[in-house]
Amino acid sequence: MEKRSILNSRIFKISRIYAFFMLLWAFPALAFCQPKADEGKDKPFDPKEAIFEHIGDSHSWPVFGKIKIALPVILYTDKGLDIFMSNNLHEDAAYQAKNYSYILEGNKVKVADASGKADESKKVWDFSITRNVASMWFAMIVLLIIFGSVSRSYKKRAGKAPKGLQSVMEPLIVFVRDDVAIPNIGIKAAKFMPLLLTVFFFILLNNLLGLVPFFPGAYNLTGNIAVTLVLSFIILLVINFSANKYYWKHIFTPDIPLWLYIIMVPVELIGIISKPFALMIRLFANITAGHIIVLSLISLIFIFKTLAVSPASVLFVVFMDCIELLVAFLQAYIFTMLSALFIGMAVQEHH
Amino acid sequence: MDLVTPELGLVFWTTVSFVILLILLRVFAWKPILGAINERETSIENALLKAEAAKEEMSRLTNENESLLKQARVERDQILAEAKKIKDQIVHDAKEAAAKESGRQIELARIEINNQKAIAMADVKNQVASLSLEIAEKILRKQFEDQKKQDELVKELLKDVNLS
Repeated sequence: MEKRSILNSRIFKISRIYAFFMLLWAFPALAFCQPKADEGKDKPFDPKEAIFEHIGDSHSWPVFGKIKIALPVILYTDKGLDIFMSNNLHEDAAYQAKNYSYILEGNKVKVADASGKADESKKVWDFSITRNVASMWFAMIVLLIIFGSVSRSYKKRAGKAPKGLQSVMEPLIVFVRDDVAIPNIGIKAAKFMPLLLTVFFFILLNNLLGLVPFFPGAYNLTGNIAVTLVLSFIILLVINFSANKYYWKHIFTPDIPLWLYIIMVPVELIGIISKPFALMIRLFANITAGHIIVLSLISLIFIFKTLAVSPASVLFVVFMDCIELLVAFLQAYIFTMLSALFIGMAVQEHH
Repeated sequence: MDLVTPELGLVFWTTVSFVILLILLRVFAWKPILGAINERETSIENALLKAEAAKEEMSRLTNENESLLKQARVERDQILAEAKKIKDQIVHDAKEAAAKESGRQIELARIEINNQKAIAMADVKNQVASLSLEIAEKILRKQFEDQKKQDELVKELLKDVNLS
């Protein structure tokens, strides 16, 4: 009984947590920096490189430590397609594929010349299944499994109260419908519901998986400008293709004095682009910033080369993760909400 | 700069994958899910409306029952009052009739008694007359058995008769 109360006391608990980190210090082999240490004692830890390696893309999918899943590299050159696995690519040695030999420079695949150096004159279109593409497909499969099963349970339990996963997803779906789509779009909301729901859950799941610190999470998909570009471009297309005559009238012939047209029409035309552009930048910047902060806090341990800072570091990371959890939901919500708002502005009937 | 330069490969794969995901989810998830949610919402709304209607109907019925009951009670009271009145009337009438009848009977009896009495009296008178006549005859006969007495009487009578 006595022992238990000691174990339960708060101070003891905190000291136990601290002791855990101290233990990690005692066994360097357990430390997470181990793969880095292998690369050579003389090379110091570069937090910028480590962080950008994480938030950027790569041609292989890291699982744990040095273990990586090789992914297909698909290259389109002037001589045709070159397809091979990414474990053949190296930074220091060229790989001879069907058409050219290739070398890895950073994350970029370059054509290597005879001496094994990157040949900048040759243009390579890289359509590789990178880590982000693979992670995105993983997330998409998860989405399909989740909503496939939810959809099935709706069919199975038609008219009954939701249960299990169904009751987790239903409030979110109803939230998107009643608080995002309908207030912004109005009666035409039903037409855009599939798009808004897909965008919302795609961003949300990728945000959340990005926060998971181990395989298959820990990627930075929604913080990748290419992904947010595609999402916002789809929104741009939807806005402009579903827009009614009032929307176009508002842009090209607004009810203002004629001489103001010189200013207003260009401004409105820029507005067409700037609205989705803001969506793209907002999501990209928020998610990337979150990842950078978390990784910077972790990097502190390696910068100071002491585990003594780890409790503080971990404490801040936990705090940041809580905020990131909020941001994950918030950004998915904001992206969907603003998309719905812009679509609503384009399809609204004016009286 | 790498960070804000969209990579063509990722743009391509994201576009293709997202469009496929959108179509798949639209067909296999959003349509059935939203349909089911809408359906359930309308069914719940209908059920609520029906419940409300049933409640109203119920209260209407209760009110109707109450008013019927009240009316019935009033009617019953009315009927009872009327019955009481009728009963009183009947009793009253019966009493009156009985009184009248008994009066008539008494009257009849009295008349009958008087009649009978008169008859009896007449009878008695006759009998008394005849008896007195008989008695008188007998007495006379006895009196006038002897001639001397007869003469005496005549004399007496004649004495009284004054021819003046």
